[in-house]
Amino acid sequence: MYDALLFLHVLAAFALIAAMVMYTGFTLGATPSQGSFTLATRLEDVGGLGTLIFGIWLALDVDGYGLLDFWIIAALVLWAAAGGAGGQYRGAVFPAFEPGGNVAAALQKAAVLNWVRVALAILLLADMIWKPWA
Amino acid sequence: MSSLAAIRPDSWDLPLFLHVLGAFVMVGAAVLAAAFLVPAWRNASVDALRVGYRSLLYGALPGFVVMRVAAQWLYDEEGIGDIPDEPAWTAIGFGTSDLGALLLVIATVITRWGCAARTPGAPGSPRRSSARCSCSTSSRSGR
Repeated sequence: MYDALLFLHVLAAFALIAAMVMYTGFTLGATPSQGSFTLATRLEDVGGLGTLIFGIWLALDVDGYGLLDFWIIAALVLWAAAGGAGGQYRGAVFPAFEPGGNVAAALQKAAVLNWVRVALAILLLADMIWKPWA
Repeated sequence: MSSLAAIRPDSWDLPLFLHVLGAFVMVGAAVLAAAFLVPAWRNASVDALRVGYRSLLYGALPGFVVMRVAAQWLYDEEGIGDIPDEPAWTAIGFGTSDLGALLLVIATVITRWGCAARTPGAPGSPRRSSARCSCSTSSRSGR
């Protein structure tokens, strides 16, 4: 059971981070089509939900872990903060795909939100690996 | 089994962090490249081809290097090489990794080649007039 849950948790994390790498590529100059931006948002949705569900399941399954462990609470807070920044980023960029919208300008305007999310994701990964106070 | 999962020497943490981070970046950049190379294949867009090439060159390849070097670091830390009967999963991992590297390099070279061939005035293009490809020089692009 543990192996299957960890596999699904990491697979979901790959989808989530793939979306973040795509958003970062857009921020660095690759202007997306609506299709490629939508692909990134789908990966983010599936990955975000998958990491949360399988992460909590893992925390309940593994004897040494508990939902009230500091590193798990920190992970949940970081996950929520990254999700919030991601939601704002998408909200800022998506309207630019309407006729007359300027996607490049919207991406530039939302760049800070992307970098905040990237920083939170790296912190989240570090928290997962080092597990402070575990 | 489940309680064992929580136990890991501290010395494995940094290489594991770099291994996972490198793998994340490599896969993410490969997905980004695919998101631009598929449209480039369909509509012959040089801008999309250029973004795909740069995603592979500046994202996927460096990500692969970080992932692979950290994997070797972990391998040494865990002393897997000292085990008489090396576990099958490491051979599978290294085999997959080496094949993936080969495919990544081939994809990057072909994309670079295609980019040059479609850039007017670049080497390999039908209207060659200079020895410079704009693959690595253009700024915002890719629609």
